[in-house]
Amino acid sequence: MHEAMIAQSILEAIIQEAAERGLRPLRARISCGELNPINDEAVNFAFEIAARGTACEGMRLEVRHVPLRATCESCGHTFEFDIYSPACPGCGGADFKMNPDAPLLLEEIEFEDT
Amino acid sequence: MKVSLNKKILSKNEECALQNRALFASHKTLCINVISSPGSGKTTLLSRTIRDLQGQVRIGVIEGDIRTDTDARKIRETGAPAVQIETQGACHLSAEQVTRALGSMATAELDVLFVENVGNLVCPSAFDLGEQARVVVLSLPEGDDKPIKYPGTFAKADVLLINKMDLKEHVDFDLERVIEHVRTLHKDIAIFQVSARTGLGMDAWYAWLKEKRAL
Repeated sequence: MHEAMIAQSILEAIIQEAAERGLRPLRARISCGELNPINDEAVNFAFEIAARGTACEGMRLEVRHVPLRATCESCGHTFEFDIYSPACPGCGGADFKMNPDAPLLLEEIEFEDT
Repeated sequence: MKVSLNKKILSKNEECALQNRALFASHKTLCINVISSPGSGKTTLLSRTIRDLQGQVRIGVIEGDIRTDTDARKIRETGAPAVQIETQGACHLSAEQVTRALGSMATAELDVLFVENVGNLVCPSAFDLGEQARVVVLSLPEGDDKPIKYPGTFAKADVLLINKMDLKEHVDFDLERVIEHVRTLHKDIAIFQVSARTGLGMDAWYAWLKEKRAL
């Protein structure tokens, strides 16, 4: 359940953004990489509890999962990497370099219109 | 009104990890985060490493477990300093817990500090502790499907120690399959086949450790 700690960090970031604008946040979208996946239900459960009594109470988080990508060492093609069938779709090669996994991002906040 | 931010969430954990990393750099201490399932032989492996390198490499250990200081006591039997973190239910160590433990560990007098994480192949992999290298221990009785089931943990490791090689004749463990899967996830990972119980293959691991320490 590492989502609890992540939910707290996201909450603090949203509270800060909301305070700077003086607006009420309604929804937010976060994104994460494949090697550090976040479970949607777990993060929302933890967020809901952490957000009680704050400006974020009742908010919902949408999680966008960013696939892992790799670059083929033989043909240079960059592709979505499937660990269960690791081969370059361009040339069929099995020699490739993994691209860095996507970081945890607060992508977007939807605020209440004033 | 939608506001696009794309702001990196630098969690409290990452801030603490950066501080830990800076401290290790200033003390010239190599910090290694050791991750595995429960029962892979992490503590036995560290105890043997400490004993075999006595007089050559000064080693300390931070132990992470949900309950008890069993592992820290085992490490202290070797003469090396050990601090136990009891996570009280948490399934991984955080950088902040390591920062607190460092208060009771004279890192400046150490060449290598091992942080033995809570036995778990899922959560520990998501938390940077400020280490300079990450070691995953996989033992033969666990089965050869672990890298494919827990890709994040293996993809982020610098070293894979395949432990309990002395049991090779007694278990069905496809070594080639494991090595192939792990190399798919991380091409440059260093892989050593060892037995912490008999000492088999440990010299190659020690050579890696000394080389990394010298960098």
